[in-house]
Amino acid sequence: MTRDPAPRLSRTDIARRAALDLPDGGIVNLGIGIPALCSNLLPEGVELRYHAENGILGFSEMNTKFDGDPNIMDAGGNFPKLVPGMAFFDSVESFGLIRGGHIDVTVLGGLQVSDKGDLANWMIPKRGIGSIGGGMDLATNAKRVIVAMEHTTRDNKPKIVNQCSFPLTAPNCVDDIITDIAVIKVKTQGLFLMEAAQGWSPDDVQAITEPEFIVSDDFKPFQTA
Amino acid sequence: MLGYHQAMPVSKTIDNFNDAVADIPSGASIMIGGFGGAGGQPTRLMLALRDLGVDDLTIIGNVAGISATTHYGWREGADDPKPVDQGMFFASGQASKIICSFPVPGTTNPLSEIEKAWRAGRAEVEIVPQGTLIEQIRAAGAGIPAFYTPTGVGTSVAEGKESREFDGRTYLLEKALTGDYAFVRAQKADTHGNLQYVGTSRAFGPAMATAAKITIAEVDEIVDPGGIDAERVGTLGAYVDRIVQRKAGDPYP
Repeated sequence: MTRDPAPRLSRTDIARRAALDLPDGGIVNLGIGIPALCSNLLPEGVELRYHAENGILGFSEMNTKFDGDPNIMDAGGNFPKLVPGMAFFDSVESFGLIRGGHIDVTVLGGLQVSDKGDLANWMIPKRGIGSIGGGMDLATNAKRVIVAMEHTTRDNKPKIVNQCSFPLTAPNCVDDIITDIAVIKVKTQGLFLMEAAQGWSPDDVQAITEPEFIVSDDFKPFQTA
Repeated sequence: MLGYHQAMPVSKTIDNFNDAVADIPSGASIMIGGFGGAGGQPTRLMLALRDLGVDDLTIIGNVAGISATTHYGWREGADDPKPVDQGMFFASGQASKIICSFPVPGTTNPLSEIEKAWRAGRAEVEIVPQGTLIEQIRAAGAGIPAFYTPTGVGTSVAEGKESREFDGRTYLLEKALTGDYAFVRAQKADTHGNLQYVGTSRAFGPAMATAAKITIAEVDEIVDPGGIDAERVGTLGAYVDRIVQRKAGDPYP
């Protein structure tokens, strides 16, 4: 692998970019890790109704760890603040909401994404055990699935691949991939490079992306606001 | 006669947690309510089952054994106790199987009790998508033997399962899941066994209460009929066989 042409963006930058795609007033479920960071990085004026699998809709920002009421929790184990208009419900209803297609957008982490939009994010085969949680339900049934992840593994192997070698969370489910160097859209014709980080050319991104992508006619710099 | 919930006994109130679980035999399957984390966890019933010492248990839960090593869903304060979770039954060697959606945290340092038991070949771990698991439990309590869900199609979850297309989309056939006992945690019970929950503590509890042969509720307060507003009943007393009140000032949340 060649050296990076420019620094990669931070996990916060990835989350900030993903937050730009969240629709004002939308019902949104944020996965653990980078996705959860989105809640504190929303553009001014945007208000979301967050859903968490454990049975809460319409809560405030997600990262208020360890100092709240254990009976007011989100699925990441954080204790959100009570805000007017929120609602509690049991897991039957919570997953009816997901399976029934009532979640506008979910942002999930990823281990691998294929050019067909297959997502693998629940188990590393070497470990042999993993946690599915609500991930399969969300990936299969949300109206839009955004994957927010680093572009490569720590040893610089592509995470955007021709074929996922890790166990799938759901096939053909991902709409958008936001990484620390690029924004890529998954369409039926294949992957489209929409944005690249400063100092990264489409060729630089392609060098660490296994499937060949098409550079979009709307290609532009990585958006920050 | 299906032998589910038996005729209503004179009183459902049991004095202490040890007595409430005393008839649970080795080999039983135990549903544990809540989501994972302290809120909604029937901690005192779990500790009583651990002290009972029966083994070969199958535990059915959701986020199952990650709090002890990660503090998941537990407050961190000077006066707060160390987190306990379903891993206790694997640490004690009492459980031989768990059915859940989230058995392990992302980190392996330190290893959770469930992962330790699984690595040592002492426990079977069946990992189920969360929405499928809760619907399996709901179905069992509602007299539905199986149902179709889109979740899991095209993944390892689908292996060995029937699938069928409806309107051009593929669905998996998933079967109902029952338990011998369900432990649920609620804020309040009346003496009929009606339960009132608070916040996100309900999670898996209400469905589990319907799906087990014997449902035992751990509550902060037992009140007379009328002490729970009929509009606020979260689980019908019809599903609840035993209720036990926690001691005031219990350090466990």
